Formats: sequence, structure tokens, C-alpha cells
Amino acid sequence: MKKTLVMTAMIAAMALTPANTWSKNRGVKDELTKTECGACHMVFQPRFLPAVSWTNIMSDLGNHFGEDATLDEETRIKIEAYLVKKARKKEFKKVIDGKQPIRITEIRWFKREHRREVSKRAMKRAGTMSNCVACHKGAERGQYDDD
Amino acid sequence: MKKILLVLSTAVMVALAAPAFAGAKQDAVMDHYKKLAKGSFSASRGKAFFGATHTGGKPATPSCTSCHTKSPANTGHTRANKPIAPMAFSKSPDRFGELKKVEKWFGRNCRSVLGRECTVQEKGDFLAFMFSQ
Repeated sequence: MKKTLVMTAMIAAMALTPANTWSKNRGVKDELTKTECGACHMVFQPRFLPAVSWTNIMSDLGNHFGEDATLDEETRIKIEAYLVKKARKKEFKKVIDGKQPIRITEIRWFKREHRREVSKRAMKRAGTMSNCVACHKGAERGQYDDD
Repeated sequence: MKKILLVLSTAVMVALAAPAFAGAKQDAVMDHYKKLAKGSFSASRGKAFFGATHTGGKPATPSCTSCHTKSPANTGHTRANKPIAPMAFSKSPDRFGELKKVEKWFGRNCRSVLGRECTVQEKGDFLAFMFSQ
């Protein structure tokens, strides 16, 4: 009897937990990167951009998409190394102003995936297209299949 | 009875004499700026600085209030729409306790909003305002 109760409780707990809790965490695991990048925005997975994009982003933190996001040099180097190591292996065919894109939201597949997908209401809630977690609840764990 | 009165009045006097900042860590941060400053700090000057529209910074962030809202007691939002815990000390008592972190954010945000470093006076006034809230 006791066993049955415990089993029932366990099954209930599993059923009530969002699906992505059980799937593999494909999010950023580096604590420094999580803390520093995550202070202002969703911690984007490095696999979204090739290494050269991350190098370009991390060498211009004084003007980080319109804001000053300067880090001390030691921290900056560590985070850049992590992003470069985990970066997308292939560069994009389509360049922007002759360079690899630095805005994930400008990448062709990103635009295609979101075309006519985001309602006005959802956009208002998210505030910006770079706020992945507004719609993809598992985005920080690298889960984007819930749309 | 007399004793109780004495204890009570002492407590009131201590409370009145104590500075507006509660934590020892915050006191240490404030002391750092006090040592560098020529005069004293003013919460009302800090309030005016917080609410002002500045020029010289980046277009998206002309004021502290661009992200932190008009009141430091409110939750703010970054431009990427991530919530920012209130800056008012009464709401976020863990804030402003680590000089390195305080300096990091003054550095970034003063350059974003004013296009320059803040002066010691501005930083001290700003903190005095936050501790008074």
C-alpha cells in the first residue's frame, strides 16, 4: 500500500513537471559566462554564432549593441575563450556588411523560423526578439522546440 | 520602569544617530567614496541626478530611469527585457556591498548614460539617495 502511494506521488510529480526539465541541459554551463552575460540578457548559447562573431562581440564591449558592457580584462578573456570554444563550427554563407553576423536575430534561419510566428501580443510581452525565454521557456537550457 | 525608559531612549538616540545605511558592507563602500570626496554627499542631489535626462551618452539610455524606472523602489528592465532588482536599499538590502561590483556598474552605466565616468561626488550622491530609499 505504502509502495503504491509513493509510486503514485512520483508519477504525479513527473506529470506536473514541465517536459524540458527532464531533457538534457544544452544551455551554457560556464558559471562566469552565465553570471556576466546573464546580468543583462538571456544567456545565448555560443553555438548560435561562429567563433569570429564572438571575437568581434567580445572586442567591442564598450559598445555592446548600444550599451557599455565593459568587463575587466581577465573576465573578458575567459568568457571569450569559452564562447569561441563552443562556437558554431561553420561560418554563415550570408555575411552582413562583409562580416559574419553578430546579431542572432539577423541570421537567415532565425528570421525564417520566426516569420509570422510571433503575434503582436507575444512581441509586446517579450519586448525584443532577443528575449528568447519570453516564448521558449526552456531557452536557457537550449530547448527551443516548444513553439 | 526607569530602566525601561532609559533603554528605550538610548535605542531611539542610537537609531537617530545611525547613518541611513544599514549594512556594514555598504558602510565600507560608502567610506571609500567619502575618503575620496571633498565635501559631503546629498541624497536629494542624488535623486535629481537619477531622474535627470543626460546628454553625451548612448541614444537608447539618456537617463538612469531608462532602465531603472522613475522610482528606485521599482523593478526595472534591461533593454533585453530582463528584470533588474530594485536599487532602493530598503527593497534590495544586498546591493552596493561590494566595491568592485559597484565600480563595474558605475563604469558601464555612467558611460552608457553620460558618455563619461561619473565623478566621486555623483557616485556618493547617487548612493546616498539609494540608501535613503
